[in-house]
Amino acid sequence: MTGIPAPAPTAEVPMVHADRVSKSFGSLEVLTSISLTVNRGEVLCLVGPSGSGKSTFLRCINHLERVDAGRLMVDGELIGYVERGDKLYEMHPKEAARQRRDIGMVFQRFNLFPHMTAVENVAEAPMRVKGIKKDEAHARARELLARVGLASRADAYPAHLSGGQQQRVAIARALAMDPKLMLFDEPTSALDPELVGEVLQVMKQLAESGMTMIVVTHEMGFAREVADQLVFMDGGVVVESGDPREVLGNPQHQRTKAFLSKVL
Amino acid sequence: MSPDGADAAEPIRAIRLKHPGRIIFAIVLLLALALFIIDAAQREAYGWDNFAKYIFDRRISQAALNTLLLTIYSMAIAIVLGVILSVMRLSDNPVVKGVAWLYLWVFRGTPVYVQLAFWGLIATIYSTIDFGIPFMEPWLSFQTKNVIDVFWLAVIGLALNEAAYMAEIVRAGILSVDKGQEEAATALGMGWLLTMRRVVLPQAMRIIIPPTGNEVISMLKTTSLVAAVPFSFDLYGRARDIAVEIFDPVPLLLVASAWYLLFTSILMIGQYFLERRFSRGVGQARDTRRVGTATDAVPTITGSITTADTTEGDGR
Repeated sequence: MTGIPAPAPTAEVPMVHADRVSKSFGSLEVLTSISLTVNRGEVLCLVGPSGSGKSTFLRCINHLERVDAGRLMVDGELIGYVERGDKLYEMHPKEAARQRRDIGMVFQRFNLFPHMTAVENVAEAPMRVKGIKKDEAHARARELLARVGLASRADAYPAHLSGGQQQRVAIARALAMDPKLMLFDEPTSALDPELVGEVLQVMKQLAESGMTMIVVTHEMGFAREVADQLVFMDGGVVVESGDPREVLGNPQHQRTKAFLSKVL
Repeated sequence: MSPDGADAAEPIRAIRLKHPGRIIFAIVLLLALALFIIDAAQREAYGWDNFAKYIFDRRISQAALNTLLLTIYSMAIAIVLGVILSVMRLSDNPVVKGVAWLYLWVFRGTPVYVQLAFWGLIATIYSTIDFGIPFMEPWLSFQTKNVIDVFWLAVIGLALNEAAYMAEIVRAGILSVDKGQEEAATALGMGWLLTMRRVVLPQAMRIIIPPTGNEVISMLKTTSLVAAVPFSFDLYGRARDIAVEIFDPVPLLLVASAWYLLFTSILMIGQYFLERRFSRGVGQARDTRRVGTATDAVPTITGSITTADTTEGDGR
């Protein structure tokens, strides 16, 4: 579509590769030299106290925030910048939009479009961005809504759906663009406790279907059960990472221990 | 509530508190009003016979139509221009932002009457409209006074003034939309224009529509200033001309006022329904969400919520 030959998607190219990523808001450094790798089909859970930079890092991956230092690659492609020779160029918004199409994002507060029904929410981007015909896009949207267990609520407006239902619509909306990577920014934090399970269930099914996912979460049970990798962040740095059962069961750092003792 | 219901307390039947002050004030007001009406009906200067003669005069009804057209055309242009200006004001480009600010500063900082007088003199200031390369012989040249008649000058004058006010209304509407909406659209790969058109502006409408209704009503009355252009085929201008003709100004003022009142009343009714509809959407949405949360997993109740969906869905 863009004329640039995409690098062959081999198993060696990780889906996400962050190399010493840093980010500041004014004089406040929120991310300091974050390095991590997520392979195809892997699920990475990012945990840590609020203000630790987890969400900011997630938002850097689809260039909602710009990275100040380091390199952030998705599927072998540099995010937000174009590298030619030894020079780095800012990316044209159209190119950034193209990159975002392949990266689905689910927000803490759902951010569904309130003036559209569930099915319209899901079909909007495929129709307007990819140019898929209305009938086809709506049929696909209904399929996706059925997949998240909301076939019967397809014609409801977001205001008439529960929080859990809204978040499942938001997941379907992100999936409608056929992303190769899904980002979840505290997807269950705004939900009433009894509605958390239904959303986690959908995310678990998605992980089992082989989707590559990065999940910022406080749900340690989900992390333990579903994640391949757990990264604990605090104060803008990666404190500890590894197999979730190991990190949760036997944390090495004092800060990890202190955090886990509060949330577990 | 006791199950047997036998010991329910009897309803309170207290003597109502009297408000003598209120009653006296109301009576005084009513008397004053009645006095004024009785006096006005008999007073010579109001010229009720001429009022009756001219209220449905063809020239007057034609002028009323002109006033309506002035209102509709200038509001339509002002809304389009206002959207453009508000988006310019929210732009990241400092020059674009500055130009929009300059426009607002000039058009809100000078009286509309003065602006209309300027538009009336446009043919004097710019006698020809030229197309071509600046400082060279133009390819096309028009006499300004042949191209635009006074009606359209009046429309332009009213529209450009109103656009400055509409820009602020639209801007408030856009700013009222949650930032998360724009983010969600961006994350889906939607471009800026698409995000505005499909996501932000439709939601901003809820905030924009009620004050825009006010502006329409206000515009209807402002059209009486087009005499400054000078355009005199509007309601007030025509009434004034007839008044001069028959040497009786007061009844014609009453005629014009009656027509203005008729139009503003119709617009006020329209606005009442518009506002009620928009505020209802917000209020009920909040209620229903609570219901939805509580009854999430119960299929029987979900059915009844679906019914609520269909009844409210068409209101959007």
